Amino acid sequence: MSSRIVGQVKRVNGPVIEAMGVSDARMLELVRVGESGLIGEIIKLSGSGATVQVYEDTTGVAPRDAIYGSGLPLSLELGPGLIGTIYDGIQRPLERLLELSGRFIERGIHAEALDRKRLWSFLPESGLSIGTELEPGAILGRVQESSSIEHRVCVPPDMGGTLSFLAPAGDYRVDEHIATLDGPDGARQLTMIQRWPIRSPRPVLGRRPLTIPLITGQRVIDTLFPLAKGGTVAIPGGFGTGKTMTQHAIAKWCDTDIIVYIGCGERGNEMTDVLNEFPKLIDPRSGKSLMERTILIANTSNMPVSAREASVYTGVTLAEYYRDQGYHVAVMADSTSRWAEALRELSGRMEEMPAEEGFPAYLPTRIAEFYERAGYVDTLSGLEGSVSIIGAVSPPGGDFSEPVTQHTKRFVRCFWGLDRQLANARHYPAISWLDSYSEYLEDLKPWWEERVGGEWAQAREEIMGLLQKEVRLLQVVKLVGPDALPDSQRFVIELCSLFKNAFLQQSAFDDVDRYSTIEKQLRMLLIITLYWRRGQAAIKRGVTLVKLKRVKAVQEIVKMKFTVPNDAVEDFDRLAARLERGIDQLEAIYA
Amino acid sequence: MPEANEALARGEARRRLMSGREYVGASRIDGPLVFVRNTHPVGYRELVECVDAEGKARLGMVLDTSDEVVVVQVFEGTDGLTMPGTKTRFRGKSLTLGVSERMLGRVFDGLGRPLDGGPAPIADTDMDVNGRPINPTAREYPRDFIQTGISSIDGMNTLIRGQKLPIFSGNGLPHNELAAQIARQAKLRGGATDFAVVFAAMGVKHDVARFFTRSFEEAGALDNVALFLSLADAPSIERIITPRSALTLAEHLAYDKGLHVLVVMTDMSNYCESLREISTLRGEIPSRKGYPGYLYSDLAELYERSGMIRGVKGSITQLPILTMPNDDISHPIPDLTGYITEGQIVFEREMHGRGIYPPVAGLPSLSRLMKDGIGEGMTREDHPHLASQLFAAYSYVKDVRNLASVIGEEELTPLDHQYMEFGEFFERKFVSQGKSEDRGIEQTLDLGWEALKLLPAEELHRVSEEELNAYYHGDRDQ
Ligand SMILES: Nc1ncnc2c1ncn2[C@@H]1O[C@H](COP(=O)(O)OP(=O)(O)O)[C@@H](O)[C@H]1O
Ligand SMILES: [Mg+2]
Repeated sequence: MSSRIVGQVKRVNGPVIEAMGVSDARMLELVRVGESGLIGEIIKLSGSGATVQVYEDTTGVAPRDAIYGSGLPLSLELGPGLIGTIYDGIQRPLERLLELSGRFIERGIHAEALDRKRLWSFLPESGLSIGTELEPGAILGRVQESSSIEHRVCVPPDMGGTLSFLAPAGDYRVDEHIATLDGPDGARQLTMIQRWPIRSPRPVLGRRPLTIPLITGQRVIDTLFPLAKGGTVAIPGGFGTGKTMTQHAIAKWCDTDIIVYIGCGERGNEMTDVLNEFPKLIDPRSGKSLMERTILIANTSNMPVSAREASVYTGVTLAEYYRDQGYHVAVMADSTSRWAEALRELSGRMEEMPAEEGFPAYLPTRIAEFYERAGYVDTLSGLEGSVSIIGAVSPPGGDFSEPVTQHTKRFVRCFWGLDRQLANARHYPAISWLDSYSEYLEDLKPWWEERVGGEWAQAREEIMGLLQKEVRLLQVVKLVGPDALPDSQRFVIELCSLFKNAFLQQSAFDDVDRYSTIEKQLRMLLIITLYWRRGQAAIKRGVTLVKLKRVKAVQEIVKMKFTVPNDAVEDFDRLAARLERGIDQLEAIYA
Repeated sequence: MPEANEALARGEARRRLMSGREYVGASRIDGPLVFVRNTHPVGYRELVECVDAEGKARLGMVLDTSDEVVVVQVFEGTDGLTMPGTKTRFRGKSLTLGVSERMLGRVFDGLGRPLDGGPAPIADTDMDVNGRPINPTAREYPRDFIQTGISSIDGMNTLIRGQKLPIFSGNGLPHNELAAQIARQAKLRGGATDFAVVFAAMGVKHDVARFFTRSFEEAGALDNVALFLSLADAPSIERIITPRSALTLAEHLAYDKGLHVLVVMTDMSNYCESLREISTLRGEIPSRKGYPGYLYSDLAELYERSGMIRGVKGSITQLPILTMPNDDISHPIPDLTGYITEGQIVFEREMHGRGIYPPVAGLPSLSRLMKDGIGEGMTREDHPHLASQLFAAYSYVKDVRNLASVIGEEELTPLDHQYMEFGEFFERKFVSQGKSEDRGIEQTLDLGWEALKLLPAEELHRVSEEELNAYYHGDRDQ
């Protein structure tokens, strides 16, 4: 621990400490408090006073305890060994803490984020030689970090110079000297570890428009409200409506290279669940275990509040680090409301003037800054990468008019609103087709067109139109009963109900249904619109709705999500043929 | 880090030296809070003794500490304390509870002192009542099915060992009966286990405590029960510490002694009110309905003290009970609870009015851990789909009933009539049962299929063809 004392404790109020006698502390400097060395950060300086936000339980901290400065801002250790690890909100490796302090997390324990003993096989980048001028971000070498991820060891973004040493291929520890750069400030020795402050976005060369979808395998998302790679989305919903399940499903099946999953102020068992399940699940694209592409951050609801505040920045900084190596990364934050509430609690303890519902006035700025860190970029190293942010929001009482939901809505471009009624009816995912939207839709259409032609956009619009129509028809039914409607209109209701059962509902627990490839999604959608067109025509010819519903193939449509696996989409041709035949036969009777 | 621990020990030792000091006089007394000036440096959340004029020591805890004033919350209330006459001793450590297995069969107050006239049990070890966060990597994911014998729980909202599953109730609804029935009937399939019940009562009346005691007594289980009672006539501030004492003992029994512990905590609403009281007194900026912004974290500190630990035999299953003010599930107390717990059993007054016991609302109730504890090898292979289908059908019943109330029942389609019948059967035969009726899981699931048989097979989208053949058509042919 540093012995540079920067001040003394004056007052302890939960995680907020007021300091006195502060001389040379810096804003956002990482500090250690008291003899047990609790980790904190200077968040306010005024005269000889300062405010310190402490990331551990402050029980036992007393006035006049010393505060030690570190001279550095709260930063992450970045390098090989991050993938597959579970950290707390300030990047302490939880498995290591378990070894150090047992099942309960004691105060004042520290552990290095990256394992110093582990050897990595480093392969220097070809084409580099002594004397090469290296820009910030240039790739120095490669390390196979996990079976799915090749770690690209780069020059830190704030450094550059002439290469005067590059380690030969071989096994190295993360803190071993692998390169030297001569710059204007002299020679800089580099290891595989970089440090980066969590609150500063990492620089990029440029941002690109978002034109590629982030495929999640969840039909209601990919087909109705798609997210773009590099995009942002909020999932608001009351408790039990399916925020966590949706986040888990995306973390498991989405087509990004890397997942950073932040459990921010939520349940311990949910993290355990991920820890148990992910190693066993196989990523359908790489054929490797899902844990080989996942980093977990767990700051559960019973862990210190301030670390909850830091955890989302920790997560997004890790994501940017891999983006800079040319990867597509998805960040899930469950739940951003707990982060906002942590801000509120800290602000309250600092006796700041509250704005709405006790939240500090800077809440919208913080939310905006966080989501701004998403994007599809050209990296300093000359590669393409993206960070997409998927934030759960937990509105009190499930009421979306509250400040966190409202402000988040301003800064995200995609919104998957979870509906209590749907969740109660066990219609999962309970993503409302009426409240949700995606502003990426238009920008993603060309991608779909290139892959499958115009069919996708057309079918999607057709079905969205029907869902809107259904709302009006259901209002009529509520007043006068279904019998008052002609079969042609009841068929709209019938078709929507089929679409909800057969397509929108997707069980996270069923081995076949838990994710659908876009091919399967499209085929399912097309069968349903086929049924719509043929059924409509049949009813015009006098076929009754009751008869139509009994067509065997219609019953099969309802269960096709379970019966047709992703690798057997040709089954849909046969199903479509059976449907046509069934309706042909019916029509023949009525003709 | 050993050096850090040594340093900590040095600091603590120094403070312990000063901890003997007694300060005479308080600068302010406000509700349960005592303000003391000019003290030595006192640690945050340190244990405090406030001695009144008669020489009786009352326990408290430091809520806020600075070089000017220390704010102490006194768990036994401040009645009768005077500003000049109050002596304060800071103990240099946090509040601990001496725990041992011998506490089973005994009755304590909220701070763990005997109320049953017996001697204080000899403690095996002292544990910090505030607990410590469990490292998520130390947890074992709970997946063992507990059969409660209650269909609406076992069939639809399955309780899992190590789960935290609250009952969201209202005044006058039979939540105590249900909690007692669960405590009496709960068993693992395939055998008896070492179990214990820890009961924490906060601000409830004497007759509630008596009801539970009698119920355990009748079941012959009183020797496996420890009660922590902070009843309505005890100082309201004591409720803050009661669940912590109870959970501290539970942790000892579960993780040190390998017992499977069921913790019943009632009424969490009273607990939250005490918390609000203190927050208001301290002039903190409230969030919703005057409750402090940290209510979520505070409740999480309690509810997260449940579960299972890798490599340890015991478990803590929590059954918190709360009464929803005005039956409003969006009130901060049930709302924040639901955000933390692993589901909720919600009571519906209207069902109670129709004589249905337990009045478990079909739709808002949920068990989040159910998915991993049911199905083949655990309950029965048809269970997951059956439950999902019952939920879907019952949800449609609610729509049909709404429709019927507008257009009249006669106007319903024949299919909707079938749904009405299904709804009636589901509530009267499946949900409703006796207060000591203990149904096996098979019986519960079979009853579920009975209900589904009132609907045409084409309506049952959520069950598989094989399940229909085995359970729906199968019986009908006989
Ligand atoms: N896609 C899904 N498939 C099946 N069940 C689901 C799905 N989404 C949610 N659920 C059910 O809803 C419960 C609550 O979901 P969860 O995501 O934990 O809610 P939240 O995070 O919004 O509180 C889950 O335990 C599960 O039973
Ligand atoms: Mg959740």
